[in-house]
Amino acid sequence: MIELEKLTKTYNLGGNPLTVLRDVSFKIDKGQFVAIIGPSGSGKSTLMHILGALDRPSTGKYILDGQDISTLSDDELADIRSKKIGFVFQSFNLLSRATVLRNVTLPFIYDKRVTRAERLEKAVKALTDVGLEKERWNHLSNQLSGGQMQRVAIARSLVNNPGILLADEPTGNLDSKIGQVVLETFQKLNRDHGHTIVLITHDPSVATAARRIIEIKDGQIVSDKLK
Amino acid sequence: MLFQDLMEETFFSVTANKSRSALTILGIVIGISSVIAMISVGQGASQDIASRISALGTNLLVVTPGNARQSGGNLVRSGSGSATSLTLEDAIAVKSVSGAKIVAPTISARKQVTAKGKNTNTSINGIDDQYFIVKNINLAQGIGITSGQVTARSKVAVLGPTTRDDLFGVDASVVGLKIRIGSQEYSVVGVTEAKGGTGFGSSDDLIYIPISTAAQYLTGSQSVSNINIEATTAEEMTMVQAEVMALLMARHRISDPLLADFSILNQEDLLSSASSVAGTMTMLLGAIAGISLLVGGIGIMNMMLTTVTERTREIGLRKSLGAKNHDISAQFLAEAVAFTFTGGIIGIILGWLASLAIHQFSGLTTVVNWASVSLSFGIAAVVGLVFGYYPAKRAAKLDPIEALRYQ
Repeated sequence: MIELEKLTKTYNLGGNPLTVLRDVSFKIDKGQFVAIIGPSGSGKSTLMHILGALDRPSTGKYILDGQDISTLSDDELADIRSKKIGFVFQSFNLLSRATVLRNVTLPFIYDKRVTRAERLEKAVKALTDVGLEKERWNHLSNQLSGGQMQRVAIARSLVNNPGILLADEPTGNLDSKIGQVVLETFQKLNRDHGHTIVLITHDPSVATAARRIIEIKDGQIVSDKLK
Repeated sequence: MLFQDLMEETFFSVTANKSRSALTILGIVIGISSVIAMISVGQGASQDIASRISALGTNLLVVTPGNARQSGGNLVRSGSGSATSLTLEDAIAVKSVSGAKIVAPTISARKQVTAKGKNTNTSINGIDDQYFIVKNINLAQGIGITSGQVTARSKVAVLGPTTRDDLFGVDASVVGLKIRIGSQEYSVVGVTEAKGGTGFGSSDDLIYIPISTAAQYLTGSQSVSNINIEATTAEEMTMVQAEVMALLMARHRISDPLLADFSILNQEDLLSSASSVAGTMTMLLGAIAGISLLVGGIGIMNMMLTTVTERTREIGLRKSLGAKNHDISAQFLAEAVAFTFTGGIIGIILGWLASLAIHQFSGLTTVVNWASVSLSFGIAAVVGLVFGYYPAKRAAKLDPIEALRYQ
């Protein structure tokens, strides 16, 4: 479902071209749980932005569900993000003064496929899938613990059933015990609900949660292992 | 993005920071309410002036002695009414002009008037039996000046209501009582209805006596203070004015209109010049109030720019969730418009109350009408769009990746 072909990303910083990604090619099939691992500056964030349709490659192709999206316009990319991609961020990015339910239903505002009547039902399902206790659903998101916040963010990312969940250092702001709970949530979503998950991290111990680990260094793939 | 979603998002954002929103709205409230109040004063004034001028009579031309065009020239213009170039014979001659339905000359003078030990200084107007018809004057008590009284030079008087109050007390019944004007004694035969208006030119504080009596006992001459002419129709006024001009110039042996020793005032001209003055005043007042509305609008822009900066990460998040640029700009524009809309409604109510208060405490006529309400509401909406546009554009242009990284 994801296919990268000789993907290159070059930034032009003050006249000096800086190549962040070089000839990156790989495929991710539906239902896979992949970790992309690399040290900071390796290009993994840029890769995630391209995978998440937030950015376009300089050269090469990014084929998502059979469609080359590397040359789409901003609005078309926004549509792709709305329908096919769910983001989970290191810093959660919840609306702090809004309730859990409002945070989880936020993506529907930009998705015309879902009617207002269906929203609550889908949000309830997503919150149940990530295992957040029902009594928290009407709390404001800034009243939650870090682990709970991240599970709300995961629920938000999967609420309109995107093809891929993209998680960027999802455990980076959590202690290791809570981080483990979040990783288990991803594993459960992958195993029980068949969600395709791409996890970006610098931490090898976090990457072990995935079944496939792609290692990236200096903008190039150095290893691609199945567990 | 559904309209309902847009409304909900706007509601959440505006209520998230209540005190800041309230202060922003206050700026618009002050702007809109001062526009409403100021325009109401201006429009009230123009309505007041218009109604006073139409109260003078209908299709009215007034010929006054003296040359109105020579002020500022080498001749010194004498005070209105003090020139003696118009006579009763002129008035009789004017009656032959075809479009002049009624011709009513007056002789005016200020005199001390006494009654039962009280006294007042007021304007005495010598009039004929046509005058009340020309001037739309009705009687509250008794009768007006009759042609018989004019012929007989009777010493009778009709009082204005203010004069009656001054001399005999408020709402006193005065028909048959005596007053003294100078050394002569007059019997009161009637009282006119109040017309409103105070100060200079009030039609309530004066006394009417037959014109022949005035010519004999008051001024001792045949000069008249003015000649009131009622034209048959409004369309004929200009024609009648020209004919009267030609007639009087011939009688006075004057060939150059600029040198005429009288002037003719057309009620329509008076009305249009007075209303253009009032219109200018309304514009001026509105413009001054508009400045505060502008300041309020800048307040909104300032607030929106702060909000956009504060919510950079939220904007990044929304974009990552699939928000398009126009979704983001719509959201911030809607917030700006919500501020002006709320401020506009409160401002209209407050401005309307303010105009009532101005009327109550200063006695000025104030008029709030749909035109001024919709004008200021339109201005508010435009202010919201104009001052919300730039911040909204800025929000929409943010790069999602950088916005998400923003600390």
